[in-house]
Amino acid sequence: MSMFDGKKVIIIGDRDGIPGPAMEECLKGTGAEVVFSATECFV
Amino acid sequence: MMSYAVVKGSGYVLVHTPDMIYHNGTTQTTEKLTNPDSEYLKKLPEHIRPYEKVVNYGPNQVYIGNLTPEDLRKYEMPWYDKDIPGASRFGKFGEIMPQDEFIALMKMVDAFDLVKLDKGFTAMVKEKMMNHPLFKDDVPKLKEGEDLADIEKYIQEQHAEGLYHEGKLVGCVKRAHDIDPNLNAHVLFENLVVKASGALAFKHLIDKNNINVADIDYVIECSEEACGDMNQRGGGNFAKAIAEVVGAMNATGSDTRGFCAAPTHALIEAAALVQAGVYENVALVAGGATAKLGMNGKDHVKKGMPILEDVLGGFAVLVSKNDGVSPILRTDLVGRHTVGTGSSPQAVITSLVTTPLDKGGLKITDIDKYSVEMQNPDVTKPAGAGDVPEANYKMIAALGVKRNELDRQDLGTFVEKHGMPGWAPTQGHIPSGVPYLGFAKEDLTTGNLNRVMIVGKGSLFLGRMTNLFDGVSIVMERNTGKAETAGASISEEEVKHMIAEAMRDFASHLLKA
Repeated sequence: MSMFDGKKVIIIGDRDGIPGPAMEECLKGTGAEVVFSATECFV
Repeated sequence: MMSYAVVKGSGYVLVHTPDMIYHNGTTQTTEKLTNPDSEYLKKLPEHIRPYEKVVNYGPNQVYIGNLTPEDLRKYEMPWYDKDIPGASRFGKFGEIMPQDEFIALMKMVDAFDLVKLDKGFTAMVKEKMMNHPLFKDDVPKLKEGEDLADIEKYIQEQHAEGLYHEGKLVGCVKRAHDIDPNLNAHVLFENLVVKASGALAFKHLIDKNNINVADIDYVIECSEEACGDMNQRGGGNFAKAIAEVVGAMNATGSDTRGFCAAPTHALIEAAALVQAGVYENVALVAGGATAKLGMNGKDHVKKGMPILEDVLGGFAVLVSKNDGVSPILRTDLVGRHTVGTGSSPQAVITSLVTTPLDKGGLKITDIDKYSVEMQNPDVTKPAGAGDVPEANYKMIAALGVKRNELDRQDLGTFVEKHGMPGWAPTQGHIPSGVPYLGFAKEDLTTGNLNRVMIVGKGSLFLGRMTNLFDGVSIVMERNTGKAETAGASISEEEVKHMIAEAMRDFASHLLKA
């Protein structure tokens, strides 16, 4: 049982920080469901 | 291998465009559409800086070369409330042009009579342009101007975009077609701004570096706009249009796009074209983006600050064949974020920084300065986007620690020693790697640095064709003075000489024995 089990996750990544796909990768293997993932450019 | 190409010179310009923040910046135009009575739009005029403040602003003085990036460290942040003593409009790399002169310049570079200026305004700017060191000869292109009533009619009846100065309508940009969305007044406004600001930077490149413009063979334009009509939206070609304006009669060119990474792509392309002997002199050029004016304005106003995104940026760089003096572009030490690289910070920095270093047998600390995303933190920090260059330096340093090339305790000093404070306006492609090229040329010739890296990154995902972003990098080095480099072809004469020397050496060994 992990803290992500049954959770729906919204990811907003930062190109010059941690981009969305990298965070998605980290959530693989957990019980989280990624419902939205995007990377934004803040500059 | 042929001799490496060199960075021969550069030009950097800013244009103060206070009225364009409200009328053309997308943060403001979006607000006008979605929330026309908003507090932000009401308060905005009180947060516009006068031209003098923009000239006196530290990061702007660095951009045009009157201060170095290191000088900026001497001033405590925030920088916007500190005037630089002795600041001036003109610098060794270029200038900070005021809005009225820039509107005149838009008219001067307009090849299709789309820019219409008021008679009174025309008379006023004619006088000013007569005194500009680079545009005296172009003053007749301003013509006599139009009646303001006609300009109002173009806006009201024909969807022209207004040109404003000090809150007043002074002209317009007309559409170039009745129904083609790619030739509407909005697109042409942005494109003429890119052309004019790019041409301004190019003019300074020529002027500041003693360049014969007729010697330029090729121009690569690397901004973020697209010109074309309904049958070819990004058909191009800003490069040749700008080359024409500056009188590069022997040049052709093309546009390279890659979001903010385009200038570094263009730098690598230019280096390759010169090194391969296709052309001797290739210029990169890019103008600025009105859309990004006031991009973080809401946060600036909320925090009681002036709107700092009040300038357009432009730059031009000349890449030439090896002169034995100017810094060389190491095309063998190029980094690429590839399709398969992945998006973790470690993967990104590995592909852009350490992969090219490994090719040259170099350590992270062998690069004296990294030029990354050089956005001015005065702009980005209050908006919650952090200090972008510093974040990039920390990631490079972290990888250095991981590779055992740097002690963990030296992380902080690495950021200071191998990094720089950001000084470039948040104009997308303008801050990406290239703002340092002017200083790099000095640091690697008269200065005391030996090797720097230029890194450009671009947010491709914004175009909704891929989720990927992009990046490329290239190492620049002090010139050894030898026109040919290791691995260069050697003449028959030299081979004979080497064999003779080896034989003599062998014979002397025999005699000793």
